Amino acid sequence: MPDAVAPRGRWAVVLALVILSAPIIVMYGWLLLASFSGSTTGLVPHGFALENWRFLWTTLPNQANAWVAAANSLTFAVVLAGFELCIGSMAAYALSRMNFPGRGVFLSSTIVLHSFPSVTLLIAIFLILRFLGLYDQLVGVILVKLALDLPLGIWIMKGFYDGVPWDIEAAALTDGYSRIRVWWRVMLPLIKPGLFAFGIFAFLSGWNEFLLPYVLLPSQGSQTLSVLMAGLAGEERFADYGLVTALAVFYILPAVLVFGLTQKYLLQIFSGGVKG
Amino acid sequence: MRIVFEHLTKRFGAVIAVDDVSLTVGEGELVALLGPSGCGKSTALFLAAGLYRPSAGRILFGHRVVNDVPPQDRGVGMMFQSYALYPHLTVFENIAFPLRVKRLPAAEVSRRVQEVAALTGITEVLRRRPGQLSGGQQQRVALCRALVKAPAVLLLDEPLSNLDARLREVTRAEIKRLQRELKITTLFVSHDQAEALGIADRVGVMQSGRLVALMTPGELYDHPPSRFVAEFIGTPPMNFLPVNVADGRITFDSVVICRLSAPPLPLGGYVLGIRPEHLRVAVQGDLQAEVMLVEPTGREVLIHAACGQVHLRILADAQTRVALGQRVRLQVEWERVHLFDAESGQAARVGGIAP
Repeated sequence: MPDAVAPRGRWAVVLALVILSAPIIVMYGWLLLASFSGSTTGLVPHGFALENWRFLWTTLPNQANAWVAAANSLTFAVVLAGFELCIGSMAAYALSRMNFPGRGVFLSSTIVLHSFPSVTLLIAIFLILRFLGLYDQLVGVILVKLALDLPLGIWIMKGFYDGVPWDIEAAALTDGYSRIRVWWRVMLPLIKPGLFAFGIFAFLSGWNEFLLPYVLLPSQGSQTLSVLMAGLAGEERFADYGLVTALAVFYILPAVLVFGLTQKYLLQIFSGGVKG
Repeated sequence: MRIVFEHLTKRFGAVIAVDDVSLTVGEGELVALLGPSGCGKSTALFLAAGLYRPSAGRILFGHRVVNDVPPQDRGVGMMFQSYALYPHLTVFENIAFPLRVKRLPAAEVSRRVQEVAALTGITEVLRRRPGQLSGGQQQRVALCRALVKAPAVLLLDEPLSNLDARLREVTRAEIKRLQRELKITTLFVSHDQAEALGIADRVGVMQSGRLVALMTPGELYDHPPSRFVAEFIGTPPMNFLPVNVADGRITFDSVVICRLSAPPLPLGGYVLGIRPEHLRVAVQGDLQAEVMLVEPTGREVLIHAACGQVHLRILADAQTRVALGQRVRLQVEWERVHLFDAESGQAARVGGIAP
C-alpha cells in the first residue's frame, strides 16, 4: 500500500516516530559521550578524558575488580546458555515426541511455575543454597537461574520440535537409526537455527541478570558486572556519574556486540526451527 | 521374504484403526491396500514398519515374528506420502543415509547411491538439496532412499499422491518395473483405485479398519464381494438400483425388469449393481431413463440419466447421439451385473443374474 498515506501525512508520521524514539537515542548517545568527558553540567558534557575508564587498569576502592566481574558475568551467561540448550533440547524433545505418564501435568505445571515472580522465591532459595553450601558461589546462582529459566526455554524448544514433521523422524527410524541417533543426526540439525537463536537469548538473559547475583553473590570476588554497576550507581556519599557511565558502556558493549553479530539468527526464534 | 499379518489389531484409545486383519504378501509379490482415507490402511503399513506396535495379533517377516522388533532393526525400505526427505542433507546424503548407519566404506556407499540414482534417473541432482527439486524428483529420491539398502520388504505409503496426473502414470510404471526387477516383497497403500489396480498383483480393500476384500485387480472389478467394494472400484462408479425379488422376478419401481436365473434367491430387497459400460442405449431395453447430461470423454461418452429416483451413468460409444431431456431405453448386460443384499451389502449373486 504505497499510497495509503498522503506525502504530507507520511511526514507527520515520521516526525511523530522520531520524537517518540528520540529519548532512547539521546540516552545512549549521551551515555557514550559522557563516558569520555571530564565533567557534565546537566546533559552537556565538557572536555575529553579517559579518567572515567580508570576501572580498566585499576581496581576501584571498596569495589570488585571490573575485569573479574566481567569474567564472572561471562562465565555465568555462557554456562547458563550452554546448560539451558543442553538440558532444554533433550527435555523439549521428550515432551514433544514421547508419551509418558504425567506429560500433560508436566507441561502445564512448567508454565504455571514460570508465571511466579522469582523474587517471591528469593528467601527460600537463599536458605537452600546456604544449606547446600552453594551460597556466594557462582555455581549456585547458575543452578538457580537455570531452574527459573528452563521451563520457558523448554516450551520454546518444544515448539521447534513440534514443527518437524513426524514423517521425517519415522523415515530416519526405518532407515535404521535408533531414537537417540535420530535425535542427534536429524532432529537437532533441523532445529539448529532455532536453538542458536535461543542460546543467544539465554546468554543475554544471563548477562543482564541482576537480582539473583545481587542477593546470592555478596562477596567482591564473585560479583557480576550488573551488581558492580548497581554498587557504583548507588554509592552512599556521592556517586561518580562519569565512572558509572563508562562502566555502563563497558557493560552493554558485549551484549550489543553479540546482538549485532547474530541478529539475523535471532529472528529465527519466531519462524521456528525448520527450514524447508 | 513374505509379510504375514495374523489377526492384526491396532487401537488408539477407543478407536480401532486396524481391526482383525489377516493377510499374506507372498515373496516378491506387490499387494496394494486400498480404501478411503481413515480406513486404517496407513496404520497397517506403519504396523508393518514397526512405527506402531500392534494391540493384538502378530506380524511375521518370513517365519520370524517381528511384533517387538523396533523399526530400525526391521530392515524395511519405506517411502512416505510426504517423502520425508531430510532438508538439511544433500540428495546424495539423503540416499546414503540408511547406509551411513552401517558404517560401510565410503567407496561402497558412493557406488550404491550412484547405482540406485541411475536406476531412477536422478544422477544429475545428487549435489542439490531436497528443497531445490521438483515434486517428481523428490519422489524419486525418496524411492532411492527406500531401495538403497536393498531391503527384503518395501513399504510404500501413497507414494504417488503428490504428483500430477501424467507424472503419476510414468512413476507408477517405474515402481512396478523396479519392484519386478528387484523382486522385493511390497506393500503399497493407496486411496486411488486406478493406481492400486494398475500396480498391484493383488489388492486388499479396507473399510473402517477391516480388510473386506483381497483379490486380483481383475477379480475385484468383475466380482466385488460387497456393495462397498463395488462402489469403491471403477470409474465412473457402478450404478445401484434398489430392487425387489419375488417369484424369480426382479422388479424395479414396481416394474418387472428381469427374470432371475437359477438358483432362486430368497424374497426381499436387493440392490442391483450395473457398471456404466454394461448399459447400452437401445431401441428396446429393460429400463427407461431421461438424459440429464452428456459428457464426452474422447474415446467414449458418459451419459447421465434419471431412471425414477436413481441417477444412472452410462458409458456409451462416442458415436451415440442422444439429446438432453430425451427419453431413452437402456439394455442391461444381465450376465455382467451384480446383486447385493440390501441390508448387509454382501454380494447375493456373483457373475450375473440372468443368461
